[in-house]
Amino acid sequence: MSDTKIVDARDTFCPGPLMELITHMKQSSVGDTLELLSTDEGSGADVPEWVNKVGHEILSNEKINGVWHIKIRKAK
Amino acid sequence: MRILVVGGGTGGTIVANNLARRLSAEIRSRRVRITMLSASDKHMYQPGLLYVAFGQMTPDQLYRDQASLLEGAIDFHVDPVEKFQLDQNKVVTKSGKVHEYDILVMATGSRIVPEQIPGLVEGAETFYTEDTAVRLFKRLREIQEGTVAVVVGVPHKCPIAPVELIFGLHDYFKARGIRDKIKIKYHYPIGRIHTIKEVAIWAKPEFDRMGIEYETLFNVSEVDVENKVVRSEEGTETQYDLLIAIPPHRGMEVVEQNNLGEGGWIPTDRFKLTMNGHDNVFVLGDTTNLPVSKTGSAAHFQAEVVAENIASMIKIGTPVRDYDGKVYCFIETGHDSATYAMFNYQNPPDLKPPSKPMHWFKMSYNQMYWTSVRGLL
Repeated sequence: MSDTKIVDARDTFCPGPLMELITHMKQSSVGDTLELLSTDEGSGADVPEWVNKVGHEILSNEKINGVWHIKIRKAK
Repeated sequence: MRILVVGGGTGGTIVANNLARRLSAEIRSRRVRITMLSASDKHMYQPGLLYVAFGQMTPDQLYRDQASLLEGAIDFHVDPVEKFQLDQNKVVTKSGKVHEYDILVMATGSRIVPEQIPGLVEGAETFYTEDTAVRLFKRLREIQEGTVAVVVGVPHKCPIAPVELIFGLHDYFKARGIRDKIKIKYHYPIGRIHTIKEVAIWAKPEFDRMGIEYETLFNVSEVDVENKVVRSEEGTETQYDLLIAIPPHRGMEVVEQNNLGEGGWIPTDRFKLTMNGHDNVFVLGDTTNLPVSKTGSAAHFQAEVVAENIASMIKIGTPVRDYDGKVYCFIETGHDSATYAMFNYQNPPDLKPPSKPMHWFKMSYNQMYWTSVRGLL
């Protein structure tokens, strides 16, 4: 079990949180866990939509003090 | 004080020139020395490649001699770094020469890695090098009908390029009188047609008006060259006659070989622009791992902050300001109009309607770049 890798995409408009997450997912290995931090209001829905469509796994998705914390496990 | 700038692209060149001016007295009195190490004696204006792809510029117009762009006080060598020994404040170059420094500026840039996607090299045209941009233009001249598909790798530099390419394709085929025979289909990795929400909201009706088809949540997984099909990680596919790719990028190999950052991107403080854990190492442009656009514009604004802070550290012992995430991107919306997106960490862009004067400004900037990179603009 590898450590959780933090992808800090707070306060970014370009390339944006989901694009940042995709970049880091490509650099990761199957089984790795990533935690995306995002202040983009849409991330709570946009990120799970992509993760589910590709076939990775959402481990948790919560908003804490205005920041989305979304944990994803790379499944393929 | 020895300042070593590694990389002679937009960021490195502006930092070096800006520093040479700010520290001219210190350089004359030999208290400061600025050295630049680069892999090439030429400097390319990379945004010009898109114009080459549409036959509006020729490759020779994109280059200047790097030495001609630098202040005379800068000690310039074409001798790329191969080893970074940050714990000893020194680097070793390809020729075997050792350069010691007090302050290091890392501006090594990024590279395309189309080979990471099976079939992309063989099956797709692109425009991120001189040769491929010329080849794409020849393909665009030849095609008479069919589907032109555009796919976008992640990460990629110049995030505006995909939509500029689409607008350019529309105008190019319209000018050839074959727009009605060409289907343009755009594929984008996330759930809207551009990563910047404001650009996506603005571009969608433009795409609809131009008859551009689009598919979102499309991350290229492979290109079936024989059957001319491009497939996505999300499980969809598109048949094409001409495939154009914005290729995925990585940081430079030397960064990875020296274990300085995953993917070749160096972990960087988003405000100070220093390498994490190394206060005397500054990082800028494509080289950083920051969630900031990989563009010449970002490199330019970061270079001004880095140069001002290094100069003030030498003059008064402390840096004076933070990078606020500023980026300014022209957006060519065809062959005769443009708009722009300007934003920072806190403020999203506020897109204005495209206009001809903004296009003329962009065309002027294509020449003014050479003044900009000298640190004069």
